[in-house]
Amino acid sequence: MSIKEDKVRYIARLARIKLSEKEVKLFSHQLDDILAYVEKLNKLNIQKETPPMSHPHLPSNPWRVDEVKPSVSSETALKNAPQRRGDFFQVPKIIED
Amino acid sequence: MNNLYLLTAHQLLDQLRTKSVSSEEIVESVYERAGSVDKKVKAYVVLERERAIKQAKESSLNKSDGKLKGIPVAVKDNICVEGELTTCASKILKGFRPPYNATVIDRLLNAGAVLMGKTNMDEFAFGSSCESSSYYPTLNPWDLERIPGGSSGGSAAAVAADEAIMALGSDTGGSIRQPAALCGVVGMKPTYGRVSRYGLIAFASSLDQIGPITKDVRDAALLLSVIAGFDNKDSTSVSPKKDETDYLKFLENDVKGIKIGIPKEYFVSGMDKEVERAVREAVTLFRDLGAEVVDVSLPHTEYAVAVYYIIATAEASSNLARFDGVQYGYRCGNPENILDMYERTRGEGFGPEAKRRIMLGTHVLSSGYYDAYYLKAQKVRRLIKDDFDRVFESGVDCILTPTSPTAAFKVGEKSADPLSMYLSDIFTISVNLAGVPAISVPCGFTKSNLPIGMQLIGNFFEEGKLFKAAYTYEQNTDWRKRKPKL
Repeated sequence: MSIKEDKVRYIARLARIKLSEKEVKLFSHQLDDILAYVEKLNKLNIQKETPPMSHPHLPSNPWRVDEVKPSVSSETALKNAPQRRGDFFQVPKIIED
Repeated sequence: MNNLYLLTAHQLLDQLRTKSVSSEEIVESVYERAGSVDKKVKAYVVLERERAIKQAKESSLNKSDGKLKGIPVAVKDNICVEGELTTCASKILKGFRPPYNATVIDRLLNAGAVLMGKTNMDEFAFGSSCESSSYYPTLNPWDLERIPGGSSGGSAAAVAADEAIMALGSDTGGSIRQPAALCGVVGMKPTYGRVSRYGLIAFASSLDQIGPITKDVRDAALLLSVIAGFDNKDSTSVSPKKDETDYLKFLENDVKGIKIGIPKEYFVSGMDKEVERAVREAVTLFRDLGAEVVDVSLPHTEYAVAVYYIIATAEASSNLARFDGVQYGYRCGNPENILDMYERTRGEGFGPEAKRRIMLGTHVLSSGYYDAYYLKAQKVRRLIKDDFDRVFESGVDCILTPTSPTAAFKVGEKSADPLSMYLSDIFTISVNLAGVPAISVPCGFTKSNLPIGMQLIGNFFEEGKLFKAAYTYEQNTDWRKRKPKL
């Protein structure tokens, strides 16, 4: 499965990354190499019933009591904000007029 | 005493106990050393002298007997320290000062440790050479034309150059062990779940672990004893079955009756001759010391790198979605609309390797490709873990391999070819996929005086056996006595 430049642009849009045309060319070539390498997994005859492994330990959900506990203040949480207005993170308008 | 920086934490703790030195003197000595060599090595991205001296004073005044009382520790730049710059060596986290400490940082401070500063790394831990840092590349103290390994290259180089007494790194596919091997120091990736990941800025959540990088095995056991243990802030943290996190008690010079497995898949034709010779000699020494050496097989080893670059990038693409210019870090100038803000913030904020991995991860998770890549990789991940289970169930105590296929390579040698860089992790990646612990210990030098490391891999939660074997090897060799000339 080779990665055409249009495909690279499509993935970049999904990943919300703006790429230069130079980067599109470079990544198309490099992602091709990497995907060609991972093709080697197709050599393996994987049993249909092999359970996929998402995590090293057996899945068991750790539960805790749902209690209200003190958290960081909004002032602290906003300290790293690139742009703020009052007690809010400020961003460009999201909803069109 | 002006050469305190040369000592290990356990040597310094002995002196602190008899009051022959103070923590302030140690901190001053290590800072002076960093001041004279870090211009060359560039291991640190932040050195906080004033704050460290203050912590050292507080640590001396505090009467409690902390396990690391007064010892300066360097911290990789992807571990959150409250109010301290924490950027993952990325432009996209420029200026970020976390409002909280990672659990490992709280544990260090509770044990009386002093934080030296933040160490350099590959951006977001994406790399094996420290060249993808947005600050500058760190260089190998043994040869300044070579890379220190990565991604925890700053931590390993700082310990090797005696600019830190000990350091924390993180390991997703070898990022503690490979730089430790290439810099001639000790590095351990603990069992997945052994150390809390709370406050470690995530790369691949099912693979990441924080661990020690130290001058010797005793210090690694000491540092792991401080940072290990259950944490209710990390839902993947595992409770120790019994009180098994005092690793110092495993440090016995004795491997009689221990069964060491040598996997044939890790000794392939074409591997570096000097690395192979050093590791084979280590095997011989273990046998001479009374260990039983057996051949074992981990048949799915050759698929590990392929599996890793699907799973790790998939998880990374999801974890790094949070860097969007809204709540912290870098935001592009004058965005036209919200989409433009996201795309330009990320396009300008991430370096090339981060973009490449996010793109790869996005692709393998995208509609129509999930089964072909991600699901298949998860199934092969299971086969890789089953390989380890079978070997340990057969009675093997630890598996011995080289840590890295070569000694440190030249700066720039692999940076234009991502795939060749990925293949430098070929011996360390399976361990993260399976979730088991492993330690890298110095086991020799090349003719050009570059360090070589061997890796010991253990079963789940059997770090103790690894420390015992590694300690025995170390006590019967003197590689650790060599120091780089800087």
